[in-house]
Amino acid sequence: MAVDTSTPAPTEDERSAQVSIGTRLLQRPEIGALMGAVLVFAFFTLITDQFGSLAGAARWTDFAATLGIMAVAVSMLMIGGEFDLSAGVMVGSSGLVFGFLITELGLNAWLAIPVVLALAAVVGMANGLLVMRTGLPSFIVTLGTFFVLRGANAGVTLLLTGTVRVDGLPAADGFSSAEMVFASTFGAPYNFRVTVLWWILAAAVATWVLTRTRIGNWIYAVGGDANAARNVGVPVAATKIGLFMTTAMAGALVGIMTALRLGSVQANEGVGREFEFIIAAVVGGCLLTGGFGSAVGASIGALIMGMALAGIPFAGWDSNWRFLFLGVILLLAVLVNNAVRKRAEGARR
Amino acid sequence: MNAADAAEPLLEMRNVSKYFGNVTALKEVSTTIAAGQVTCVLGDNGAGKSTFIKILSGVHAYDEGQVFVGGRLVRLSSPREARAIGIATVFQDLATVPLMSVWRNFFLGSEPTVGWGPFRRFDVGTAKRVVREELGKMGIDVRDPDQPVGTLSGGERQAVAIARAVYFGAKVLILDEPTSALGVKQAGVVLRYVVAAAERGVGVIFITHNPHHAFPVGDRFMILKRGRTLTDKPKDEITRDEIVRAMSGGAELDQLAHELGDRTAVERGSPA
Repeated sequence: MAVDTSTPAPTEDERSAQVSIGTRLLQRPEIGALMGAVLVFAFFTLITDQFGSLAGAARWTDFAATLGIMAVAVSMLMIGGEFDLSAGVMVGSSGLVFGFLITELGLNAWLAIPVVLALAAVVGMANGLLVMRTGLPSFIVTLGTFFVLRGANAGVTLLLTGTVRVDGLPAADGFSSAEMVFASTFGAPYNFRVTVLWWILAAAVATWVLTRTRIGNWIYAVGGDANAARNVGVPVAATKIGLFMTTAMAGALVGIMTALRLGSVQANEGVGREFEFIIAAVVGGCLLTGGFGSAVGASIGALIMGMALAGIPFAGWDSNWRFLFLGVILLLAVLVNNAVRKRAEGARR
Repeated sequence: MNAADAAEPLLEMRNVSKYFGNVTALKEVSTTIAAGQVTCVLGDNGAGKSTFIKILSGVHAYDEGQVFVGGRLVRLSSPREARAIGIATVFQDLATVPLMSVWRNFFLGSEPTVGWGPFRRFDVGTAKRVVREELGKMGIDVRDPDQPVGTLSGGERQAVAIARAVYFGAKVLILDEPTSALGVKQAGVVLRYVVAAAERGVGVIFITHNPHHAFPVGDRFMILKRGRTLTDKPKDEITRDEIVRAMSGGAELDQLAHELGDRTAVERGSPA
């Protein structure tokens, strides 16, 4: 029989002291990702010249920013216990709708933005209602939405424009001022992307919601144990539907940003990126089973991926190596998360 | 005790029946629940214990009879309604989320807030302080309110759920088999919390199939069998053996004990 050396001493002071700073850190979801980020940064700084410079930083934060905005929303959804495979293609759909509204219909860009966000919210609500009403896994429901949107993006674009892209966005009313807000650069001559600021804002708001509001408490609860949450009066369906809507609207925001930046939108924009968002969230410590994770962690996950996406071409390697890299860090992250979960859930009966 | 006797009972059931199709789940059950008392509801599987809880906790509506809460006739149609009039149920699955901290679990669904408009936020400071105080009143010393509930023992988790129900104004607290999944030592710990809740003036309904857990803490014992009340007596009118015998139906138990006795005797005779 093993002697339980961890048995707490009888006085309260000594017991409190037992929770060391190290133990507390290990309970944080983002700690693994933070160490990973430091390693990846050190690696690319050592093997390339530009990576560690400000110009290099402007480049990898650019890659990380839009990914990060999505990863923050997707991480909240994952903490709430659900997936959204349509999040990537949603970026394309929103960009296309935004493009049609300001070119074909001649709408002012500033009017088109709320319309696109509202449409995305409707798609998110449809995802959420389907999942909650049917009780089917969100994996399957949103896989359906993914193909519906993907087909509609290509089909509708071809019908309206006769090509596979929407062009001529910069001629629209309000384009240049919207571009200033959503797609400009700052910090010349390094030219950091303004999307980085949006990313930081998204992470800050999400962190505040998750850790300091009632809704945040409900998000962790519906992902951790939906039945228990329902028993104590948490509105489970409303919370989850709200998360699907948030994710779809984040997709719309990124879609609008991309459209403003490029001045045109490809019909296949965003397809396949949904996995990048999920990988960023998982690398940042979100559990696939829900109930655990953080927006800061997901942001660090996005940063790691941004560094890899920028660092691999800096090092002169073929960009296809990034998939191998993503696969490896995903597997490592899942192994670390699994250990963390066992630690947190293992009951001492 | 005299004060409690003189006052209106917290809850009274008169000839309550419940049918599921042509199955009689509960037939003409009557009882009263008084403040500060532990009423033990015992019965074997299928005796009607679950139906009894579900009627009081608002999951099922009863078909016949009357239920009075605080002297007022009620017919509950949802768990939310039951909670609103002070009937809290701690279910077997505990209603706690293992990965969340003790203080987050304690206030889940009823979070205290400060601030205004979009800046209205979860009052974390108050939550942590209240958790420490309330668990302290139940005799539980939380080492760290930030630790996930999953790292607590089964008994401690049960205690968090009980303390939460009491804090949120439960006048009647229904505990569904709180000791059934626990070891002997942990069950003893939970029984202490059951008594602690009653001492704070709550009318506790303790559902169990274990007479040895019920007898030390109960003030009144109600035994259900096949949906009917077999016995409903205060502690001074009943013994532990009577409860055991009534639950399993005296003669049947003797017969069973006899058979099992023979069987074990035979098995002991052969090498394992």
